[in-house]
Amino acid sequence: MKMHEKQKREPLLRVTKRDSMPIWKSMLIRVIAVLAAILVCAVLSVLVLDNVDFIKFIKTLFSGAVGTPRNIWKLGKNTAVLLCIALAVTPAFRMKFWNIGAEGQTLIGALAAVAVAYYLGGKLPNPVLLVLMLIAAVLAGAVWGGIPAIFKAKWNTNETLFTLMMNYVATGLVAFCLTKWCPSNGSVLGALPHGHLPIILNEYLLLILVTLVMTAIVHVYLYYTKHGYEISVVGESENTARYIGINVGKVVIRTMIVSGAICGLAGFLIVGALDHSITTTSVGGMGFTAIMASWLAKFNPLIMIGSSLFITFIQQGAAEIGSAVDPAFPNIIVGIVLFFIIGCEFFIGYKLKFREKAGKSEKGGKAQ
Amino acid sequence: MNPFLDFVITAIPLGITFLFGCVGEILTEKVGHLNLGIPGIMCVGGTCGCVALKLVKGSGLPWPLIVVIAILAAFAGGMMMGLIYSFLTVTLKANQNVTGLAMTTFGVGVTKFIMAPMAAGGGMSYLYALKYFRYPFQGRTDALMYCGLMVFLGIGIALVAQFVLSKTRMGLHLRAVGENPATADAVGINVTGYKYVTTLIGSGIAALGGLFYIMNYAGSYEAYKSIEALGWLSVALVIFTLWKPALSVVGSFVFGLLYIAGSRIPTLLGIQLDMSATPLLQMLPYLVTVIVLIITSVRKKRENQPPASLGLPYFREER
Amino acid sequence: MNKPIALEARGVSKYFGKVAANVNVDLTVYRGEILAILGENGCGKTTLMNMFAGIYYPDSGSVLVDGKEVVIRSPKDAFSHGIGMIHQHFKLVDLFTAAENIVLGIKDGKKYNIKEVNRRVAEIADKYGFHVDPKKKIYEMSVSEKQTVEILKVLYRGADILILDEPSAVLTPQETGKLFDVLRRMREDGKSILIITHKLHEVMAISDRVAVLRKGEHIATVETAQTSPAELTEMMVGKKVELNIDRPEPENVRDRLVVEGLSMTDADGVKILDNITFTAKAGEILGIAGIAGSGQRELLESIAGLHHLQNGKITYYNPKKDKPITFYHKSFERVMELAHEGMLRYTDGRPFTGKDENGKSLSKKAITAQVNAGEILFVQDEVINLREKTPLQIRELGVRLSFVPEDRLGMGLVGNMDLVDNMMLRSYRRGHTVFVDRKKPGTLAQEIVHDLEVVTPNTHTPVRRLSGGNVQKVLVGREIAAAPTVLMAAYPVRGLDINSSYTIYNLLTEQKKNGTAVVFVGEDLDVLLELCDRILVLCGGRVTGVMDGRSVTKEEIGLLMTKTEDEISEIKEGNERENA
Repeated sequence: MKMHEKQKREPLLRVTKRDSMPIWKSMLIRVIAVLAAILVCAVLSVLVLDNVDFIKFIKTLFSGAVGTPRNIWKLGKNTAVLLCIALAVTPAFRMKFWNIGAEGQTLIGALAAVAVAYYLGGKLPNPVLLVLMLIAAVLAGAVWGGIPAIFKAKWNTNETLFTLMMNYVATGLVAFCLTKWCPSNGSVLGALPHGHLPIILNEYLLLILVTLVMTAIVHVYLYYTKHGYEISVVGESENTARYIGINVGKVVIRTMIVSGAICGLAGFLIVGALDHSITTTSVGGMGFTAIMASWLAKFNPLIMIGSSLFITFIQQGAAEIGSAVDPAFPNIIVGIVLFFIIGCEFFIGYKLKFREKAGKSEKGGKAQ
Repeated sequence: MNPFLDFVITAIPLGITFLFGCVGEILTEKVGHLNLGIPGIMCVGGTCGCVALKLVKGSGLPWPLIVVIAILAAFAGGMMMGLIYSFLTVTLKANQNVTGLAMTTFGVGVTKFIMAPMAAGGGMSYLYALKYFRYPFQGRTDALMYCGLMVFLGIGIALVAQFVLSKTRMGLHLRAVGENPATADAVGINVTGYKYVTTLIGSGIAALGGLFYIMNYAGSYEAYKSIEALGWLSVALVIFTLWKPALSVVGSFVFGLLYIAGSRIPTLLGIQLDMSATPLLQMLPYLVTVIVLIITSVRKKRENQPPASLGLPYFREER
Repeated sequence: MNKPIALEARGVSKYFGKVAANVNVDLTVYRGEILAILGENGCGKTTLMNMFAGIYYPDSGSVLVDGKEVVIRSPKDAFSHGIGMIHQHFKLVDLFTAAENIVLGIKDGKKYNIKEVNRRVAEIADKYGFHVDPKKKIYEMSVSEKQTVEILKVLYRGADILILDEPSAVLTPQETGKLFDVLRRMREDGKSILIITHKLHEVMAISDRVAVLRKGEHIATVETAQTSPAELTEMMVGKKVELNIDRPEPENVRDRLVVEGLSMTDADGVKILDNITFTAKAGEILGIAGIAGSGQRELLESIAGLHHLQNGKITYYNPKKDKPITFYHKSFERVMELAHEGMLRYTDGRPFTGKDENGKSLSKKAITAQVNAGEILFVQDEVINLREKTPLQIRELGVRLSFVPEDRLGMGLVGNMDLVDNMMLRSYRRGHTVFVDRKKPGTLAQEIVHDLEVVTPNTHTPVRRLSGGNVQKVLVGREIAAAPTVLMAAYPVRGLDINSSYTIYNLLTEQKKNGTAVVFVGEDLDVLLELCDRILVLCGGRVTGVMDGRSVTKEEIGLLMTKTEDEISEIKEGNERENA
């Protein structure tokens, strides 16, 4: 009779927070989500694109991403840029500071690098110029990241909205500089002759190497330094931070300056190694994609290599599939894949309990 | 028309684009959801509207019906996007920022994918309806031509939204959900239901902004490419107007003025304005928004803060 | 009593896991009466009320309203039967006005008209003598105003049975008086009122009958007029239980931490601590007793540097600098006085008492020689002011203050970090490199796991996966590892099984033997009576007594926990008012 009473009141489906899950199981859920997403994308592609069947979809996806040496290099390059920005947003995210201004912080870094190359190019030896570009980019990124952090620390200004707005202020500044620098050329700045990073093997390798080194550095910073430790404590519990005497505001500002600085570095790399120029879309939304890469990796820099590679792989593979029709197709595929992965996290973080099982309740409602 | 008047009047319909997005976003934020997918939703709205126009082209339907069909299609497209967003963030409790950004990626992708081929034909598959949308000013060549039916629809929606939020029981419940979902839940308000319905309607309203921009303001086959940028401006406008739909009618006008000031002021004043002034002026709305954001957080006036549970998923067991 | 029965519980039981919150409780409430529900922390008062209010559903037994069996599955069900509960933690939307909060969630099918609501709210408020502005926003309100809104919320929904969960906990005595006036008026109006409280004087002042609960069981319901505070206390605390906790005599007792006139208010402006004065002494355990929420947590947090204080001094005597005594500073007589007070010792550590090994008094000459040779040290503690210091500053001053907070996983430890990283919380700043050293914390974690028998797969398991007892061992172990001179522990055995509890008691006693000043906040009076050397009793943020742990009785503590002197006089006033 007791059971009867209890069942009457249990809802059909009850959601509870999951304590923990073995890694293999959570990975399995993610793999299933990715496979399901690819299946949906394949069906979609078969439906909307001409001359695509399921086998061809998979084949093209892979050949687009890793089919030729050139594609492999491209994959490496795109992954590296994405990874570098993802690394940048990570310290802030670990602190639960929702910095969605990586796009602007990277762009402003790139702008600073271009400005140095534009004004000082040819007047200084190339290595000196490059160092100055780097410093300028890192500083600019740090300032751009630091401003919202100061307001967050002092007045608890909403950082998500602030950093978002700062993206467009940065875009505006780039547009402004372009009209200043090349008013006669329709505001298009051609490739600058100076301030190119040295080419090792090809123009991509150095970029990839630098990013890998940065991955290691950020990893060490987050897991093995006092700063990294403070970031984790502040992110996990501000109460604990107060209890052990951490100045939360200081950590917030410092961490955002680090985040911004790494974004600046990414901007420098984009200018120095790849574009040698700047447009308002130089970062091309990667600042936003990087947030997703960082989030997918659970803010772990080493896993981030994988998540960045995965996103770039899908992007590039999908581009190949859609190339005949439109360059926008990869965005659709990436969007769908992300929806699935975002959704699957629910099944990792929460447990579904159906009514039948609820009778054998394992844990009481009241934590003792 | 007097060039000054022309300038001012042009700003109104341009602002209406932001207004749709802004009112939609205000509604979703009022139930505690920061939807960064608004630009994507606006894009999809424009696309769905244009696709509908293409489908009914030559069907011989009376023109007001064609307009209504396009509007409904845009609204439905936005709702579809809103449904994806709500399912992920409300039911699956996913991170709102990440979900929103993925929505924008997806929405922009869908739009470019569908609109590019349609536009390739000169956009005639949907631009034929331009004159219907611009009714009753379709014949004008000055700024009034942009002031079609949807301008009034936009202002009307903003005012209705304001009324619902501040004067009705539904609005009271809706705000309670965004401020303190646990309290709302405790007094028997269906938190999940309110979040879903509001997000869906908000997304639908925002989607109209995309259609409006293509068919009313820009009237060009390339218009779809600019919607995303305008979408972000809508998100800024939400902060600028302190989450008040009625105020956003005025705010959207201010943003509209700033957006076109760079190109209009020189001719207006007969001065030679440096080319670089345009990007600076276009940057102004964002900068002003940042300043508004800072001022409100420094002043700490409770009425002007973002909804208290903005960005946080609600999980009843954590009460 | 020939009033009709409004609410009745028959054999109601409720279990949380294996823990029984209510066992076979019978309770009757009449129309037009105020029934006080009295009991210690964790006696199941709130759980029982929550079952009437639809928050919990009883595992067995039945609830009757107006003599008819009812099923209450949600607060909404409760309202439909005319039952409304005012919780301790208010559920209000800060940004809304009083009236908006009051109508929130009501779907009466009528047109929503806030003016009409304002009018009706004012009308109800008037009827019962509340003072509230329906248009005032909650965030502008004082705690008592917020409580008024909660009560109005319930009345507006037409509740006839009101349940108040410790309504006076957040109120000043004046506000409590006003509230009681209102409650009396409601009683006259025929409403039934259940009021949960620990405060005996309130029970005496307001209630018609008292139901006493202890350990989940209903002990008795008595007529207030025919009982006394002493009788109620006895029913509430029960007989003393022998626990056999080891309690050695304190040695080398000396002042370590002196708190004088400490006062603080919380963010809402409510006075949480009021003029607290006490001394924690090295070598003894000072127990702090009190009803939950009497300011225990805030007191410890204030000492640890987590709160801004309105008033008061916190002085710490750092046992560091023992200086040779000289006649330049002290006269011979003063030296002998100090010797008598136990403030002097030889350089080798033996106490200087003015006598030799055989107990014979030393000559003035011999003493003079010893003083001049610098052989006698003055046990001088460095005086450090701890007020307005941050936790970091306190540590930098060399104060070895350890604190086991009540909120283990929300403050003392980080749930998602493993044992090693949690060990580092206190010590990660050590060393001059930018890197953290995980070696020493790693060893410490191993030691704690081994010494305190912490059950964990390894030291790299996130602590939130450990059971409550093991979490606490990790926390206490870490705080003790810092070799504290002051160890403060708030409810360190809450939720722990018997074995873990005894482990913690032994650790605290060991610290006391090492000369640490231990401050122990507890809720089980039996434990306090057997563990502590002295017991400080808090009531409503004030010290109501400091008792000797060996001689005081459970009843004495119980009484001190439930009233202050002022409040005793208030009871009298209340009674006079009643009689008038």
